[in-house]
Amino acid sequence: MEFLAPSSLAEALEAKAAHPDAVPICGGTDVMVELNFDRRRPDHLLDLTRVPELAEWSVGAHPSDPSGASDASEFVRLGASVTYARVIRELSDRLPGLALAARTVGSPQIRNRGTVGGNLGAASPAGDSHPPLLAGGAEVELSSVRGTRLVPIDDFFTGPKQHAGAPDELITAVLSRATTGPQQFSKVGTRNAMVIAVTSLGLALHPDKGTVGVGIGSAAPTPVRASDAEGFLAAALDETGLWQSRNALPPSVATEFAVKVADAAAPIDDVRGTAAYRKHALTVLARRTLTWAWDDYRGSAA
Amino acid sequence: MRITAHVNGEVKQADDVWPGESLLHVLRERMGLPGSKNACEQGECGSCTVYLDGVPVCACLVAAGQAEGREIVTVEGLGTPEDLHPVQQAFLDAGAVQCGFCTPGLIVATHDLLTRDPGPDDAEIREALAGNLCRCTGYVKIIDAVQLAASRQRGEDRP
Ligand SMILES: Cc1cc2nc3c(=O)[nH]c(=O)nc-3n(C[C@H](O)[C@H](O)[C@H](O)COP(=O)(O)OP(=O)(O)OC[C@H]3O[C@@H](n4cnc5c(N)ncnc54)[C@H](O)[C@@H]3O)c2cc1C
Ligand code: FES
Ligand code: FES
Repeated sequence: MEFLAPSSLAEALEAKAAHPDAVPICGGTDVMVELNFDRRRPDHLLDLTRVPELAEWSVGAHPSDPSGASDASEFVRLGASVTYARVIRELSDRLPGLALAARTVGSPQIRNRGTVGGNLGAASPAGDSHPPLLAGGAEVELSSVRGTRLVPIDDFFTGPKQHAGAPDELITAVLSRATTGPQQFSKVGTRNAMVIAVTSLGLALHPDKGTVGVGIGSAAPTPVRASDAEGFLAAALDETGLWQSRNALPPSVATEFAVKVADAAAPIDDVRGTAAYRKHALTVLARRTLTWAWDDYRGSAA
Repeated sequence: MRITAHVNGEVKQADDVWPGESLLHVLRERMGLPGSKNACEQGECGSCTVYLDGVPVCACLVAAGQAEGREIVTVEGLGTPEDLHPVQQAFLDAGAVQCGFCTPGLIVATHDLLTRDPGPDDAEIREALAGNLCRCTGYVKIIDAVQLAASRQRGEDRP
């Protein structure tokens, strides 16, 4: 096995082009478990922890619209190797849903090492960063010596532990609109720490656009968006003038939203829970996160 | 590959390291530092916790090559048998050590917590130690030990 330790992004991309089978390693919290247990013996490990460009985040206009002409929103470009601990410390204001999810990952030691880029690279249906990234409508930046492209998060997960990156590409960043409204994340597990989600949900309200984002985890072969639930809730809030009035949410709206969230799931029975339990839990998470988010929204009235 | 790192304030070197082996293996088997324990090798138990560039991590999840040139502090770097660190002394005094397998990791995690927060409450201690498992003592005495170390460090309770 050869250990490649590039010290710039250009070097890293060249190394990946030269060795498409190289296994990238960032925080190592997934990769090292596989190596320690002999589940994987790659010919090349590609260490990304010395690539400074991947460890930065910045805010600005969307790269496709640098003048902000069609969308004046602020976008966060989160480098692939920014750790959960840093997301919590540095981005709880701009990416609150992702920061809430980050707080539930593993343990302090895991959050000090584990990264959002590694979570995307692993592409587990249970990855905790995925529901908030779906809810926020994020895009994944993939780069190679051939260039850089942005893949909508909806198209990124192609199967269980499979993603849209080509063999010569690295995940270089995630691009997500900075929050304009309340965001929530909740997950079900057996204890408060060190838990792979039995099921999880990220919710984002986008009052400026009159839209809603919902992503669910451990509920299907890949993380998925609950599109019908999003559409239903956005329409219900619009028709009843609730975005403007900020009145209490009718319980029937929350209940129907929850049913539609569960309908988006195609869960399985496994050691962590049954499919039926997961569907039930999703209705609970949906109602709960919506209630929290709506209370936030009402409380934040100018 | 050859690995050179600053370990507990000294430059240490190891040769013929397999690049995929863990920092934990390098420390224990090649650098003669068996303080950090190898229990699960999957990040679950925290008994291998060390500082890497000042940040507590599971040494079992750091690839040897990732540690090249970095600053590492293990439990051996915090105190010696003749001169225990106050956190170590508190664990002994509070009866928080039975088999001791989890202790090195708990010492490092507690050291980090008390550096950041000299007066944690029990909930904050539980949160900070959530990545460290103990099979014998139970967590009550461990939390007592952390509180004892904290109060001694604040100068409220001298050993
Ligand atoms: C004890 C423990 C608890 C955990 N708890 C949770 C949890 O609660 N929630 C959760 O979601 N996850 C959890 N995990 C899994 C893991 O911590 C996360 O998936 C983490 O985000 C991985 O990040 P990393 O930087 O450590 O990835 P690595 O292990 O370095 O890499 C993970 C995968 O992504 C690839 N990769 C890494 N960076 C890139 C890149 N830039 N471009 C392309 N591919 C890349 C790697 O090749 C590998 O396949 C846990 C793991 C452990 C050991
Ligand atoms: S041995 Fe590293 S966490 Fe258990
Ligand atoms: S004292 Fe034995 S594992 Fe904690």
